[in-house]
Order: sequence, then structure tokens, then C-alpha cells
Amino acid sequence: MPEPAIQATGVVKWFGEGEARTTALRDVSLDAYFGEMLYIVGPSGSGKTTLLSVLSGILRPDSGSVSVEGADIWHLGSDKLADFRLHKIGFVFQDYHLFPRLTTAENVAVPLILKRQNWGEAIAEAHKYLEIVGLKNRADLPPVKLSGGEQQRVAIARAIVGQPDILIMDEPTASLDGDTGHSIVSFVKNNVLNEKRCILIVTHDSRIYELATRILKMEDGRLTGIEKGGSA
Amino acid sequence: MLGILKLAYKLLVNDKAKFTALLVGITFAVFLMIAMTSLFAGVLNRASATVINLGASIWIMDPAVQTVANTIGMPDYVLDAARSIQGVKYAVPIYSGGALVKLADGFYQPVTVVGLDDTSLFGRPHLMQGKIEDIYGENAFIVVKDPEFPKLESPELGTEFELNDHRGVVVGIATVASSGLFGVPTLYTTYERALQYIPNPRFTISYVLIEPKSAADVIHIKQQVKALGYLALTKDEFMDKISTFYMYQTGLGMNLLIMTVMSFVVGLSISGQTFYTFVLENLEKFGALKAMGAKSRELILMILFQASFTCLTGYGLGIGLCALTIALAKMRLPDYAAMITYWNLGLAFVMVVVIAAVSSYFGVRKVLRVEPFDIFRG
Repeated sequence: MPEPAIQATGVVKWFGEGEARTTALRDVSLDAYFGEMLYIVGPSGSGKTTLLSVLSGILRPDSGSVSVEGADIWHLGSDKLADFRLHKIGFVFQDYHLFPRLTTAENVAVPLILKRQNWGEAIAEAHKYLEIVGLKNRADLPPVKLSGGEQQRVAIARAIVGQPDILIMDEPTASLDGDTGHSIVSFVKNNVLNEKRCILIVTHDSRIYELATRILKMEDGRLTGIEKGGSA
Repeated sequence: MLGILKLAYKLLVNDKAKFTALLVGITFAVFLMIAMTSLFAGVLNRASATVINLGASIWIMDPAVQTVANTIGMPDYVLDAARSIQGVKYAVPIYSGGALVKLADGFYQPVTVVGLDDTSLFGRPHLMQGKIEDIYGENAFIVVKDPEFPKLESPELGTEFELNDHRGVVVGIATVASSGLFGVPTLYTTYERALQYIPNPRFTISYVLIEPKSAADVIHIKQQVKALGYLALTKDEFMDKISTFYMYQTGLGMNLLIMTVMSFVVGLSISGQTFYTFVLENLEKFGALKAMGAKSRELILMILFQASFTCLTGYGLGIGLCALTIALAKMRLPDYAAMITYWNLGLAFVMVVVIAAVSSYFGVRKVLRVEPFDIFRG
């Protein structure tokens, strides 16, 4: 087995206080490895997105630890944590969150610009990644002129342009029809996944389960089983 | 860092509707603020026109004088006393007063008459036509060619008129640095003729003008004049005194201040509201940037840059628009008193900075509170 990219141990997360307290994650432990495309599946409200947020350094757990490449990310200060996300994680949000007022290429270049890369170089690099996702001829268009599938691919290009070790995809097929969703995730598996990258996908779209390396099932804040692949 | 600023710039200007609304709001506010304050500056400048035009370093006057137009006669021994003060290079009398001119068509026109010291003609205007020595000729007057000049039916050299039942003749046409506030033409003549034509209490002087031997003598001169029971003010002090009068004792300052504050409030509310809406609309995107690894200070920088860029662009446009309006107004209304000064520009700049700061404050607060997790939750 390759080395783990992410190790989560005993993660607990709750929201609210007193009687209003809701526990979203209950003692969740998992390992995610480089070279694998790991799905976290489950019904709405099961805690998938909360888990993804905790694993990616966005939401602080109430207890437990998360190590990425051996370093406990929740011991980092806020600036270091932001740097960690910028350099190690690529995000594909469910609603893409592309900037409607920027061109497609400028959207893709955003992570590089946050890394203080020169504007011109960042745009040139963005063009390369748009070519990878098959949208070279859409570089100068605003995202609103693109179809849902194309916007998803722009979001993927933006997520990988900074060459992150970990790619986080939140419900990547939620806004797409079945065929487009499948082709997008296939594209990610074939072109983005490699032995130095770990891809975490939260989904409840069973049509793309076949593309996963492993599938972990969540229910009521707990990892309840493995649908495909080895151990959690 | 430049890349982040460029990103902020593109996010701002590519939202053309919002950016235009912001610019219009700021430009309009700056336009109003500068228009109001420049009008005030123009009024104050004109109120001090005689002080500016005569150019004397020190003015001696009755302590009750509030403006140069409101003369209170001093006994003529004050002139001799002033001349005897140590440190005085020279002291000359000056007459300033109002009179009625009867024009050739029989109409009467109020004028300001300035009587220059007969010996030195200190404070004489720059002549465009005629010779200065002709002022000593019989009934001689010099007319100032300013926006009020046509009210004397645009006289020429040799034109005759009546002033308090005395014959007057134009022997020179002159220009001055500043036109008067009250919309009346100005005539220059000699001090003695001014007293002869315009009835005054006997043996009184409007003002005594002093040139000190050196700047160090000013304090001593002022003390000595005070000991006489009169007031000696430098040119700047006299102009300040006049400004203070118009600002605090005429209602003019308060009215213009209220208009300026209203302009500021209009600008603040339009730009603050629009900018806040702009930030709210982009809140999810700022959250996404945070999730991707943007630091809070970088987001603050983006917002501050956007607010500053908008405000400074609006500031520039507002100044340009105001300057253009004043220029156009002066073409149609030569008496229009507005005058843009560094003080006006500085005040408007400070107000624009406050607008930018307040607008961005609420945006920054909102952006700092957005949690990247909310972006995931949708």
C-alpha cells in the first residue's frame, strides 16, 4: 500500500450548544492514499461535506486529529493553514464558484495569483490547463457563456493548476446530467489522478461509483462501511 | 501582490453596472463637495479683493472693522503716529468707500472708490490703457476692467461720468488680481480726490497701509498700534478676519457647510450602499478564495483597493466635472465667484477617503465573517 496522504483519527465535530447541539462527525477515522480516488458516499445530512471540510483544513474539528503527509494540519496557525490549503489542496466546489466577471483563463489562474505568481505567467499556465481539460478555445469567455459540464471542467482546471497533492471534489456531478457527470469524473480519473495525488470525492451519485478506487459509506456522522476497496 | 490587486481590479471594473453606479455616486458627491467649497472660497477671495489688490503688508484699522468694505474712520493723526513707529519703512493712507455714479444714460450705478496715497500711489492697479501720471489730472479716475466693467457702459479713455455731482473722467483702464464680492465696478483715484468727491467725517482715514522695514518689525508695529487703541493686521490676518466674518457671522459659511455635509452624506450613502451590495454579491466568491488559501489580509487588501480605486477615480472625475462646470459658468456668468483651491481639493480628498474607509469597513467585516465551510455547504 502506498503512503497515506491523509490520516484522520477520532474526528468529532458538532454544531450548536446545549440542547441545540448536533453532532455531525462521530469518532471518524480514515486513511486516504496517494494514487487513489476515494469516494465518501451517503445520504444528505450524513456528514460527508463536514468530513471533507475537516480533512481539507477548512473546518476545525472539536476533537481528533488530521494529518496530511504526516503533518497535523489542525496545529497550524490560520496563515499556515491558508498556505497549506493553497499549496496542498485543490477544491472543486459543488456550485463551482467561478467568478462571473473574469474570463475562463483568469478563473483558472486564481490559485496561481494567490501564490503570488506573475499575472501573465499565471494566465499562460491557465491556458495550458484549459487545454488539458479540453477548453482551450473557451479561454477568453466568461464562465456564464459555458455549459454546466464546461464550467465543471474549468473548476477542475482551477483546482489542479497549482498542482496540489490532494484534490477535493464536492458533489462533482450534482449539477450535471448522467452522461456528462460520468465523463467528467472519468476525465479526472484518467487525466488528473496519478500516484502522487489523492482525490477525495463526496457524492451520492451511484452512477459514478464504478470509477472509484475505494468507497467509504457515511451515515449519521459515522463511517459505517466500505462499499468498494479495502479498509477505511 | 500586484496580481491580487489586478484580480481585485478586474472583479470591480468588469461588473460594469455596479462600478458605474459607484463612480457616479462618488463623482457626484465630489462634484457637489468641491462646488460648494469652491463657491465659498471664491466668495471669501472676493470679499478680500481690496486687500489682495492693494498688496500692503500691514493694515491699520479701527478694531471694530470686520470686512474691508465696512470702513470705520480713524483720526488722521494715526497716520503720523504710524509713520513714527520704529520699524516702519513707510505708511500711507488709503480710502475705500462706496459712491453712486450717474452714467451718460442717466442711470445710477453704485461703485467702489479706492483713493490711493497722492504721493506714492501705493497699491495702484496694473494699467491696460492710459498712463498712471494722468491720475493727477483734473477729475481723473482709473476704471478696473473686471466682470463689473460693463455696468459702467464699458467706458473708454476720456469717457465722462458724474460722481456725487462731480465730474469724473476715465484716464486709465486697469486690471486687478481679484474682483470684488458685491458686483459693483471699482474706480481708483487719488486719496485727496476721493475725500473731495465722497463726503466723510472730517480728518478721518479709512485705513493706513504700512510696509515694515523687516518681517521682524511686524510684532513691534502691531504692539505700538495697539497702544494707540487701533488694530494692525498683516495681509493674511486681515483676510482671515474677513473670512471669519463671512463664515461665522453671515450664515454663508454654515449654509455652505450644510450643503457640503449633505453632499458627503449623499456620496457616502450611495457608494457605501452600492459597495456593500457589491461585496455581498461576491461574498461566496470571497469565501471560495478563502477556501482556496487566500489569507484574510489579502481579502482586506482587495476590498480596500477596490474601494480606494473607485473613490480616487470618482474624485478625479468629480474634480474634472467641477472645473468644467465652473469654467462654463464663468463663460456665461463672469461674476460667478467659485474658485478651486488646494484647500477645497484637500477637504474633498479627506471626505472621499472617509467614504472609501466607511464603505470598505462594512465590506471587510462581512468578508472576514464568511466561513469557507459555508461555501461547501452551499
